[in-house]
Amino acid sequence: MRAALELARAELKVAVLSKVFPTRSHTVAAQGGIAAPLANSSEDNWHWHMYDTVKGSDYLGDQDAIEYMCRRANEVVVELEHMGMPFDRLENGKIYQRPFGGHTQEYGSAKMAMRACAAADRTGHAMLHTLYQQNVRTNTQFFVEWMALDIIRDPQDGAVLGVTALEMETGEVSIFQAKATLFATGGSGRIFYASTNAFINTGDGLGMVARAGLPLEDMEFYQFHPTGVYGAGVLITEGVRGEGGYLLNKDGERFMERYAPNAKDLASRDVVARAMTTEIKEGRGCGPQKDHVMLKLDHLGAEVINHRLPGIREIAIKFANADPIRDLVPVVPTVHYQMGGIPAKYTGNVVVPEGNNNESIVPGFYAVGECSCVSVHGANRLGTNSLLDLVVFGKASGEQVIKDARTMPGAHRTLPKDAGDYTRARLARLDSNAAGERVVDVLTDLRRAMQAHCGVFRFPDELTLGVQKIKTIAERAGRTFIKDKSKVFNTARVEALELDNLVETAMATIVSAEARKESRGAQARADFPERDDKNWMKHTLWYKEDNRLAYKPVHLKPMTVEAFEPKKRTY
Amino acid sequence: MEALALHRLKWKCRRGLLELDLVLNEFIEKRLEEKDLKELNELLEMEDNDLWEIVSGRSDRYDAGHGGIVARLRAV
Repeated sequence: MRAALELARAELKVAVLSKVFPTRSHTVAAQGGIAAPLANSSEDNWHWHMYDTVKGSDYLGDQDAIEYMCRRANEVVVELEHMGMPFDRLENGKIYQRPFGGHTQEYGSAKMAMRACAAADRTGHAMLHTLYQQNVRTNTQFFVEWMALDIIRDPQDGAVLGVTALEMETGEVSIFQAKATLFATGGSGRIFYASTNAFINTGDGLGMVARAGLPLEDMEFYQFHPTGVYGAGVLITEGVRGEGGYLLNKDGERFMERYAPNAKDLASRDVVARAMTTEIKEGRGCGPQKDHVMLKLDHLGAEVINHRLPGIREIAIKFANADPIRDLVPVVPTVHYQMGGIPAKYTGNVVVPEGNNNESIVPGFYAVGECSCVSVHGANRLGTNSLLDLVVFGKASGEQVIKDARTMPGAHRTLPKDAGDYTRARLARLDSNAAGERVVDVLTDLRRAMQAHCGVFRFPDELTLGVQKIKTIAERAGRTFIKDKSKVFNTARVEALELDNLVETAMATIVSAEARKESRGAQARADFPERDDKNWMKHTLWYKEDNRLAYKPVHLKPMTVEAFEPKKRTY
Repeated sequence: MEALALHRLKWKCRRGLLELDLVLNEFIEKRLEEKDLKELNELLEMEDNDLWEIVSGRSDRYDAGHGGIVARLRAV
């Protein structure tokens, strides 16, 4: 929506397609805030922020893109404020800022930077509303409850000419022809069984890109949140451990004392998630399946739980049937954020290898946000950098589209004669199959296989077996059928189409993870526990065709400053 | 129950928050009755965070006419 706003303000004709009402996209779940080195509450500058982001990425982030993002952070946050976003304020009227994990002063010193700007615990919600209202004002045209299905490319030069899309209301498929097509289709955390992601996060843009013959970048990197409610996935905020909550294994042992003697339960997300997984793997998990650990809060007392941790008690009671005032809450590391995605530049342009050029622009195609890999998050994202990513690169890609559009001829290119045939064939298969695999069965098997074979800790034999399993599941996904063949608002059909996208994303993830023989950021391999900069300081590119992998170098050179040399990442 | 109305309602239950997806999905699959349709449809016009606060019992800021459906959702 930030990109759409830029275009609409330039009086270009903009259509925004969305599966659900735009203010109900998953950005509403972002509570923590948006990072910007405004220095309202503590000394700060973009170069410190850049250092933290490069280090947080475990040196897989592209330093030019990171510099770009950090340098434009203040500008885009102030703009949001001017649009009316209700940020929390200081007494002097400036935007209030608070500390957040991984954000420091003076290049990783022990002093935390106050860098996160928030609108209570509803930052994402407030941002979506602000941007939606601005778009309404500028007459952006919204197509709500439309699902994009496939990309249309020019066979001559591969340029993207638009998409096919399904209108749920009628069941009809239309072609949207455009000079610029921008994806902001979000993540695909639903490929895992334990996921904090809403049901809509099915990696639709990623599936479309894979089917169009374009690669996906760094898909092995997913961030796990340590405390998702066992079985449901709903997130229990880090704040509970900040207030003194801690984790126990089946013996009632506070096991984090062994893994992180100083920080204990407050160690960084990946450290805690790995410790929990080790406990479970070694047979010290809780419950009949020994497949989770317990979060203890009861010693904090009702007062702290009710007042300092609003909403946590309700979540535990509803989804774990445990009242944290007296019960332990079962939790498990849960997939939260996808660092990889559609390979893009800081201008939003999608880039792919061609000949000797690793980053040749795909004309007419742009990607922003969780679906993209710019790559500012590298192998691990810092909290509050994702909302920043959306707004900075949303604006930047809008500016780029305007620039690119000015150099294009007035008329649209001619669509290939077979535009839309591929989509129609996919739908025809679903409409004609009278028997086959049930969508829900394939989906459940997919999510369980990803969880078992490509989780927090990755074991070589598990990965190899997992790749085989996902291949079998992909074949089954090609034989799905739906009972209900009706056209109007057929949600079964939509779910079958979403499954196709989840399958592509899962395949990209597990194949990329199996191939990367090192541990870096969110990828933790049992057989290669160390980061290997000599061999693996490079981005993965996965292609659907034959599950081919290619690699391209990380941009180690920032735009204007000295590079940050790789160091061991310790906190 | 009319299939089309049910389908529409089902899609309206796809939300931005996993918490709501889980509760609404469970409700639709196992508890939905004809009499819920109108009230639930109206309630689903709310924003995700506001709706979750109501469903989870942290807020009572809902229209008087929606008391019935709110109670049924809270019981999920």
